[in-house]
Amino acid sequence: MISDQQRMLTRAAREVIDGQIVNLGIGLPTRLFHYLPDDMNVLVHSENGVLGCRPRQAGEAPDIDMIDSGGTYITTRPGASVFDSATSFAMIRRSRVDVTFMGAFEVDQEGNLANWKIPGKFSPGIGGAMELAQKVARLVVLCSHNDKHGNPKILTRCQLPLTASRCVSRIITEKAVMDVTPEGLEVVEIAEGLSVEALRETTDAPLLIDESRLGRF
Amino acid sequence: MKLLNQKVCDIDAAVADIPEGATIMVGGFGSPGTPFALLDALLASGQRNLTLIKNDANEPGIGIGKLIEAGRVKRLITSHLGLNRTAIEAMNAGEMQVTFHPQGLLAEKIRCAGVGHGGFLTDIGLGTEIAEGRHEIDIKGCTWAIEPALQADVALVHAERADRYGNLIYRATASNFNPLMAMAAERVIAQTYRIDEPGDLPIDTIHTPCAFISHVVQVDRASSQQGVRPHDL
Repeated sequence: MISDQQRMLTRAAREVIDGQIVNLGIGLPTRLFHYLPDDMNVLVHSENGVLGCRPRQAGEAPDIDMIDSGGTYITTRPGASVFDSATSFAMIRRSRVDVTFMGAFEVDQEGNLANWKIPGKFSPGIGGAMELAQKVARLVVLCSHNDKHGNPKILTRCQLPLTASRCVSRIITEKAVMDVTPEGLEVVEIAEGLSVEALRETTDAPLLIDESRLGRF
Repeated sequence: MKLLNQKVCDIDAAVADIPEGATIMVGGFGSPGTPFALLDALLASGQRNLTLIKNDANEPGIGIGKLIEAGRVKRLITSHLGLNRTAIEAMNAGEMQVTFHPQGLLAEKIRCAGVGHGGFLTDIGLGTEIAEGRHEIDIKGCTWAIEPALQADVALVHAERADRYGNLIYRATASNFNPLMAMAAERVIAQTYRIDEPGDLPIDTIHTPCAFISHVVQVDRASSQQGVRPHDL
């Protein structure tokens, strides 16, 4: 039985086009690494200063000078380069990274994203998230549809401090794939076996759904 | 600035005259590039009320984590503390002031100081909480925030190789903030595993030219082992 997260990651991997430069955020998006086929011409960027990350193979000894931004020991693929932090963020701010995948505490119908701070509870600093969210050409949010208490994370309007405004292109949860459009959130795919009514019940934002065109994943 | 032929020194001598209350840049992103041996020497040397500038706070019990736990850090300027719960506790208890900058802005503030500029203009964070208190200006219809450069009294950097004039070569993701900080402080102390004679490093592989470096200290490769994380595959 495939887990919700495996299904989300399999679906998210289909967002990556051969030839792209991709950044993977901390948490679930980091695991997307393992879902990108080796034969694709894709370079994974990590903001600590590497373009062309590859997971270590089983049995491969760690190189203590080679990590990704989450602190995992990695290796590199052909075509990779390493560089300093200023160059790494130049790549981000100049939109030379094609797509980034990030987690979210909240995301709303206008594509606003909150994923760095819960005032009074969680404030470890924003790291590289703000620049990635604001500047990468395409931001795909990869998150659970609801928080651990069952509250909706896909909102009409974010309540938490924003990482960046109007930055999200697409949201992939275990329940649906949703695009941010000028008219609002449009559901393009819904999870196998889930009803449109059940999806609406667990979502705060209004959803645009054309059932005749709705895909399943 | 030190004369070219007088830069190689003993590690304890290199940190001994860092004053109390100094502002110190520390290279590294997580463990790679963190000058662990210099930080241990600074801990042993005893200076207090330090302001540290580092991308992160390492992890509990290693690197700047040791200085924070010893109560020696008055203020930390950083981008993220996520891997160091004791640093978060010190911040929440009010024992250490913490200033956060988005990571790329922190890098650029340091880079600016290193190239002799007073600051730069950016659109990062406009309209968010980060922008509070920043000066903004309009140029040709675009709004920009002014980000001042960030200098320091001292920078502690880690290089894979050096020569005794202070030319530096970094390795893999141990580069990160090191080349930026190596240009941005009044006094720059570089630790390295190997000190070659001038002329031994291929000239087109040198990342930081010796002009920016004050002291070169040779350290044992084993000193970086404290930064090795448990890991899974």
